[in-house]
Amino acid sequence: MQREILTVAPALALALLGAAAELPPPAPRPVDFAKEVGPLLRSRCQGCHGAAQQLSGLRLDSRAGVLQGGYAGPAIVPGKSEQSRLIHLVAELKPGVVMPPAGPRLTAEQIGVLRAWIDQGAQMPERPAARAAQPAPPPSHWSFAPPRKPTPPQPRQAAWVRNPIDAFVLARLEAEGLTPSPEAERATLIRRVSFDLTGLPPTPREVADFLADPRPDAYERLVDRLLQSPHYGERWARHWLDLGRYADSDGYEKDQPRPHAWRYRHWLIEALNRDLPFDEFTIQTMAGDLLPQAAAGPQIATGFHRNTLTNREGGTNPEQFRFEQTVDRAATVGTVWLGLTMGCAQCHDHKYDPISQRDFYQLFAFFNTADETYLDAPLPGEEGPYFRALPEYRRQREALFREYRVRELQAEWEAGLREAIANPGKSHEWDFALNVARVMGDYADRRILAGPERRTPRENEEMTRLFIQYYGGAIVTKERLKELRWEEFKEKFKKLDETLPWYSQAPVLYPSPEARKTHIAIRGDWREPGIEVQPATPASLPPLQAAGTPTRLDLARWLVSRENPLTARVTVNRFWGEFFGRALVRTTEDFGRQGEPPSHPELLDWLATEFMDQGWSMKAMHRLMVTSATYRQSSAVRPEVQAKDPANVLLARQARLRLPAESLRDAALAASGLLNPAIGGKSIRPPQPAGVTALGYSEQGKWVETEGPERYRRGLYIQFLRTTPYPMLMNFDAPDSNVACTRRQRSNTPLQALNLLNDPVFFEAAQGLANRLLRQVRGPVTERINYGFQLAVGREATASEKDKLAGFFAKQKQVFARDAEAARQVYPLEREDADPAEAATWVALSRALLNLDEFMTRE
Amino acid sequence: MELREFLRIQSRRDFFRQSTGLGTMALAHLLALEGRTADMPRTDPLAPKPAHFPGKAKAVILLFMEGAPSQVDLFDPKPGLQKWHGTALPESMTKDLKLAFIKPTAKVMASPRVFTRHGQCGMELSDFLPHLGTVADEICLVRSMVTDAFNHHPAQLMLMSGTMQFGRPSMGAWVTYGLGSESQSLPGFVVLSSGKGTSGGATNFTSGFLPSTYQGVPFRSSGDPVLYLSSPPGITAETQRNTLDVLGQLNEEHRLRTGDYEIASRLAAYELAFRMQAAAPELLDFSKESPRTLEMYGIHDENKKAFATNCLLARRMVERGVRFVQLMHASWDDHTQLNKNLKKNCDITDQPVAALIRDLKQRGLLDSTLVIWGGEFGRTPMVEIRNTNEEGNEGRDHHPLAFTMWLAGGGIKPGTVVGKTDDLGFHVIEDKVHVNDLQATILHCLGFDHTRLTFRHQGRDFRLTDIHGHVVKKMLA
Repeated sequence: MQREILTVAPALALALLGAAAELPPPAPRPVDFAKEVGPLLRSRCQGCHGAAQQLSGLRLDSRAGVLQGGYAGPAIVPGKSEQSRLIHLVAELKPGVVMPPAGPRLTAEQIGVLRAWIDQGAQMPERPAARAAQPAPPPSHWSFAPPRKPTPPQPRQAAWVRNPIDAFVLARLEAEGLTPSPEAERATLIRRVSFDLTGLPPTPREVADFLADPRPDAYERLVDRLLQSPHYGERWARHWLDLGRYADSDGYEKDQPRPHAWRYRHWLIEALNRDLPFDEFTIQTMAGDLLPQAAAGPQIATGFHRNTLTNREGGTNPEQFRFEQTVDRAATVGTVWLGLTMGCAQCHDHKYDPISQRDFYQLFAFFNTADETYLDAPLPGEEGPYFRALPEYRRQREALFREYRVRELQAEWEAGLREAIANPGKSHEWDFALNVARVMGDYADRRILAGPERRTPRENEEMTRLFIQYYGGAIVTKERLKELRWEEFKEKFKKLDETLPWYSQAPVLYPSPEARKTHIAIRGDWREPGIEVQPATPASLPPLQAAGTPTRLDLARWLVSRENPLTARVTVNRFWGEFFGRALVRTTEDFGRQGEPPSHPELLDWLATEFMDQGWSMKAMHRLMVTSATYRQSSAVRPEVQAKDPANVLLARQARLRLPAESLRDAALAASGLLNPAIGGKSIRPPQPAGVTALGYSEQGKWVETEGPERYRRGLYIQFLRTTPYPMLMNFDAPDSNVACTRRQRSNTPLQALNLLNDPVFFEAAQGLANRLLRQVRGPVTERINYGFQLAVGREATASEKDKLAGFFAKQKQVFARDAEAARQVYPLEREDADPAEAATWVALSRALLNLDEFMTRE
Repeated sequence: MELREFLRIQSRRDFFRQSTGLGTMALAHLLALEGRTADMPRTDPLAPKPAHFPGKAKAVILLFMEGAPSQVDLFDPKPGLQKWHGTALPESMTKDLKLAFIKPTAKVMASPRVFTRHGQCGMELSDFLPHLGTVADEICLVRSMVTDAFNHHPAQLMLMSGTMQFGRPSMGAWVTYGLGSESQSLPGFVVLSSGKGTSGGATNFTSGFLPSTYQGVPFRSSGDPVLYLSSPPGITAETQRNTLDVLGQLNEEHRLRTGDYEIASRLAAYELAFRMQAAAPELLDFSKESPRTLEMYGIHDENKKAFATNCLLARRMVERGVRFVQLMHASWDDHTQLNKNLKKNCDITDQPVAALIRDLKQRGLLDSTLVIWGGEFGRTPMVEIRNTNEEGNEGRDHHPLAFTMWLAGGGIKPGTVVGKTDDLGFHVIEDKVHVNDLQATILHCLGFDHTRLTFRHQGRDFRLTDIHGHVVKKMLA
């Protein structure tokens, strides 16, 4: 939302602001358009609302244009200047909303002339003057022309080229007088590609196997193995969760937990692992519910759009936040599929920007007719126990409802709410109860007015639960509640619910039963509807062909059509960013005029067309990128390249990248042997210091640590509560999940140091690693050091590194020998084969290994 | 060049070993502080930076009273409400009015509070704020605040980050981004809180699209003051030092191998973390504060203790070079039981806040410290009743059209009242100050032209005041 000009209708503003807002009187004489009005419109209005451009869809150089008006409707009402929007704006009837926006205000006299002109019938030429210079259309923007597959160039050093990617990169390097870097060492390569494809480090065994593999295609075999790993889906799901602003809570003040959100993540992991082609992936994500005979799978994909925030703050208008959710959906599609930042277009036209406000609301219209619901989406093994338990549960529940007269009370409650909808202001108590029902329940008015017979079973279930949870407050006296034994009932109902086995549900979209029209929201304000628009795609892109009103399904097919110039480019560009640390178009979210141009335009187009040509396989594109010689280069900084290309745009080397938050956790757990590699399922809560959730308002999101092996699951399963996010994730630049994130930052802060040094999760990993060294290696100190090094950074320690760590070991052992209590705290187990000081020293050494820059970096 | 650089580092390293006993890693940080950008391409993002022009304020203490205190009962006396008490406002005034909970037809509730004049300036304040009255001549009361949102989280986004959109940096992040930090051992932007959690949660101190270096660091009232500040049990300072030394050696070896200066920044961050481990306990140790000072803040009063501690901490942080202290107290959201709850919050906060102003003044810090007090919006002159059967249930709803905040120190005109509301306290009728105007004025006091403190993101130069904001000259000294 841009300015939300509150509450004050024009009449009131007039009354309260006094003379300032009164309209100057019309000039008391006949006005000559050609002499007085025309020049004024030309000099003060037509720059933005004329032949050259039509901001807000408005053109003021002909009578037809003036009468047709812009997004907000006609500019004038001939004969009625006091009702004409043009006059309201030049006179600043609404404080702060004034035209022209720059330069001196129109004088009272000028406004008077305009008023008189309108009052006298607003005579002016019907059509723009023929000779009015038609401006040249703005030069077409590179990203709006469909990509055509270029022929890869032929660089001189042809032997370096492994696939066409390298031809493009090398030709450019040669043109700039640079040479590529040598291939990285094998140990570096396997650690790099393992993190990039699975988010996990290789085991020492995997490293050893790869180092010992003499076959010429050993690396390609490694890549194929990693692409088949179920952890591939986890790593790339995290990428899509960033794009989809995934979280396990509503956001905003109440920030209620979303116990079913993870089901979308589960679908993502599966879909990516089976390499669901990207065109199909897109169609299911946009419109899985509209596919003929939609099975559960495709519809679950629409859960992408269910990660928008929900505001359940008391007093909120649900329609406002439905509007904002829809805005977010449209803007996210713009960012993620089209690489077009639409934030500005929500409120106004932006000069020279290819996306107009009309375009934005036409895209918005696709999503305006979608509603939210949940779908039964059991995982394997859930159905049997659930079905078996259901009859008995139902029997007991009906008995309970009868005993406590739940149906009867609910009917009374709904009647009261219906009355409050019909007669607002009649009862404070019922008004408040209605407000609670509206913000805590979904589509409350519609469902209350429909009544139980016309609601679906799911809607009835949700309404009953809403009633049970929020019955009380001021509409029933405390005595009455006592009489009803309501607390006792709620307790029993809760207990009964706990007997029912878990049955997974998926948050999804479905076509709304309400026929909603879409209007352009003037200045982005949902309460100020302008002209109506139909679903359509942006005017500067190829048109969408559909019979009748196009649907989300048509939109989806258009996104992945061969003619769409953006989707493939934007998608492969993001992949590139993930593998090289910097995308070819650095502004991954903005391929518009404000974004940066591509560093390698031909390579980008080659990749985009290749992506489509090979059937939109994401795995195939990832394979292509990571098997290139470009990818396989060493990341060491070369002074001569650094001087010429400090940001490594030309790719004369690979990049050193600090691991993303989740991978850091995974790497520490993997090194320590604590990692639980289970795939998919619900979110988990690892240990977190007391008081973190207390910083938020939400009462229900309190952090209860997950116990048992689940607590050692990968970082992407950590429950994400929007107002009180898990601190480690935030410290290491995980997105805040409020808006789509197409590229993460990589910061370097002292809080990160404290986190890795002192967080109990990481200290436990250090203890685990020490234990592993003590158990698995029986040799001299340097041998254990070497194995620890392999577990932490995936390579053998150099002689000098061994020396330094052995020096630390000796020094630190003395510290623990002097301080037995400290040693005991650091390593609480008793061992036959190591004295407490030595065991503790291994923990301290392991802790150092897990804080090495190299540990937290993918080289 | 690589060899020469290495030798220089070696010699500097020896120097530090002999003279201070600091580990090797401090070196990189110190080099960065010296601004040696030629040798160190990545300098410390928190290094002090000049503003656009010399500002009066060097530090900010934002006292954020979450939930919205009632200006009608604290700051903006409206004897005119008496004659409307118990009746609804005329329909002409409330047509199309949209409030969070109550209807436009709700009846007016005159404030039961007694207002008296304070200080030389004669500022009128409520009897719930006797201590603030004693520093009335230091503060600038702005009775003409307005904002755009009438729900808590959106309004908190407005106040903290200038728009209702998510993803923008908060004020503290902008200021730290603009000025860096003066402290070598504490974060530049610190968050303190008491009472309940806030509606905005982490968005109230987020760095948004700015690097996370600039995000607010919550200081906690129990457990570690900063998350993960304490070493794990059994890891003594000596062990920590040994660990950092060996890390420094190994990382330096790796830096020479990779040629990546980012590793030097990592070393610097680890050293700063180590210094924080020592500095934070010193910061929290009040034993050197005089009994009179502790008394003045009301630290020994159980009721005030948490908030008073935060106020004293705020002063100590500013003394130690922290740039932006955001002190939050929740909640003032008195939809019900206004009389009782408002008194409770005033009893907790009034004395420590006045003490903070006086303490800063007597230490000569007030001139260079900008103190800001207020909530995300105000409360209605009309009553909100959620339960007609309950005695004293009356409260007030959210009111974004007119509310009060106050500022002190750091370039602000002392002993002044800015702005006027109508007889009902419903609308601003003079010197309207939008929250974006307040933000522009705050940045001005720090030496920034708010239109020029920008960050390029998604192809656009963003700023704290979005596309609005004017410096309010009447608030300036």
